[in-house]
Amino acid sequence: MAVQTTFDFDQMLSNAREAYGEELLRMADDGLDFVFTYTDNVAPSSSAGKLIAKYPDRCFNFGIAEPNQVGASAGLALSGKIVFAQVFGPFLSLRAADQIHTDIAYNDVNVRLIGTHAGLTAGGGPTHNCIADLALYRAIPNLTIEVPADAGQCVKAIRKSMEFEGPMIIRIDRGGSPSVYADTNYEYEFGKAIEALPGTDLSIISAGSSVYWSMMGAKILKEKYGISARVIDMHTIKPMDTAMLLKCARETGNVVTVEEHSINGGLGGAVAEFLMEAGFSGKFKRIGLPDKFAVLGDPDEVYRYYGMDPEGIAKQVAELLK
Amino acid sequence: MNNNQVDMELVKELEDKCVDIRKNLLNFIYRIGMGHLGGELSIVEVAVALYYKYLNYDPKNPKWDDRDRLILSKGHCSETLYTIFSDLGMYTMDYMVEHFETLDTAKFGMHSNRKYVPSIEVSAGSLGHGLPISVGMALGARQQKKLWRTFVIVGDGEMDEGTNWEAIMAAGHYQLGNLVAIVDRNKLQMTGTTEKVMNLDPLDKKLEAFGWEVKSIDGNDMYSVCAALASLPPADPWVRRKPIFIISNTHKGKGVSFMEDNVKWHGGGIAKEQLDQALIDLEKGRKVR
Repeated sequence: MAVQTTFDFDQMLSNAREAYGEELLRMADDGLDFVFTYTDNVAPSSSAGKLIAKYPDRCFNFGIAEPNQVGASAGLALSGKIVFAQVFGPFLSLRAADQIHTDIAYNDVNVRLIGTHAGLTAGGGPTHNCIADLALYRAIPNLTIEVPADAGQCVKAIRKSMEFEGPMIIRIDRGGSPSVYADTNYEYEFGKAIEALPGTDLSIISAGSSVYWSMMGAKILKEKYGISARVIDMHTIKPMDTAMLLKCARETGNVVTVEEHSINGGLGGAVAEFLMEAGFSGKFKRIGLPDKFAVLGDPDEVYRYYGMDPEGIAKQVAELLK
Repeated sequence: MNNNQVDMELVKELEDKCVDIRKNLLNFIYRIGMGHLGGELSIVEVAVALYYKYLNYDPKNPKWDDRDRLILSKGHCSETLYTIFSDLGMYTMDYMVEHFETLDTAKFGMHSNRKYVPSIEVSAGSLGHGLPISVGMALGARQQKKLWRTFVIVGDGEMDEGTNWEAIMAAGHYQLGNLVAIVDRNKLQMTGTTEKVMNLDPLDKKLEAFGWEVKSIDGNDMYSVCAALASLPPADPWVRRKPIFIISNTHKGKGVSFMEDNVKWHGGGIAKEQLDQALIDLEKGRKVR
């Protein structure tokens, strides 16, 4: 069943980075027991900064040293605590890959790695693009990968993760991304995708920031091309809701993936691998960043350049279904 | 307790234990056909002193909350710990051989896994991980106001890894007096001397500059090891004091004539005639009382 969304395109901006910090502060105020680690990227004025100011004994700064932060977070978890670790996403995935693999996943510890600045949201070009992380995380066993679609969903993920056993990645944007859902009164479970928009001609599988673009793209598809697109919020990349994929393949025949990640090895790769083995024979396309270091520019312009914006998505889908 | 208070009877007892552990270790490696004998033999005094005396540890209750934590960061030397666990009555040697890298039934591997062996605190193997994790554990003890201490054993070749220096910087910054790092300074890494491959000295000055208290000891001399471990300050984590780095000067392959200080004995198995010679060497090295 589709949930209520802000599909009226009011462009209400939300900030997952701020929202999760506020939620951690509420959780600490509620008496929940966890510790927080961070690198030198948390402004004192931010909500996480307020958590640090109010609960200094449970917050640890590791400077500009992601591998040490992730390793020490594993050590804190092994000493019996649930750990939330805020890490600048591109440097979490690439620099601390060995620590995520060995210290977090192999050692099976209760660390929630919050990778910020997903995709291109940091701006600043390829050194600060976070577009290979899902490919890496997917290949690491025992790692749950959560990509909330908006700030409200991020808050739900953070709170719910307190009851979760094992390592988890929570991938969020830099901030200032549109809200997908009008409120947070909807059912949310790790590993269970959400049908954000009903449709019959194809299914667009998306996660994170691309859920909103896909919703916008679906609107254009309907108005301009007469195509009915279903939009799936696949917020858990691993373990993936394959039952939802089968349902979509069966009911809509065609599948497109949209992600703020390289088209190699991320959401699109995961969906393609599963559907191929399941005998899927419909039309299929991955939309995301091509296998290139991205051009330099404002993220919104770069999305347009690579056809990841709503118009680009609609155009590519219409072309595919011709 | 100061250095003069080390019980000489204890030292003798632990020296004897080291001979037994080395012999059992060699037999174990002979039976499983693989190991890292050079570095496994060099850490025996430190490991024995810890597990039989200075580590607050209960082999019957290895996950006891208030235990001291020991991380073997040079995880390729796990067989030394397995041999000690066996001697402490946790597993028979036959059981360890029967469950060494045997797929579904495996409990033991060249690199240890904490999920299979409860006394292993951290699954290790990739170098440069133990020190960052130990910093987290020591911070965890401070945050929870727990009196347990964190020990971490690292290799000297392992010190090439940059993550160690991130952790060394952080431990100095946080003044983790409840953290004790021990570097097995056997001066050899896989392909040559540490000074030839990547110069490590002056290690003491580097560590001091990062805010650590440094003790240099003869790591193959039981009295020297015991004196260092007996003189540790209290582990009260709320007191900020310098973390402690013990530079444990050792010999790779210690106790076996043809292995000592020989770079060729980094990894691999041991043949029957080599085992026989090694066991003779070790027994010769046992001090006559």
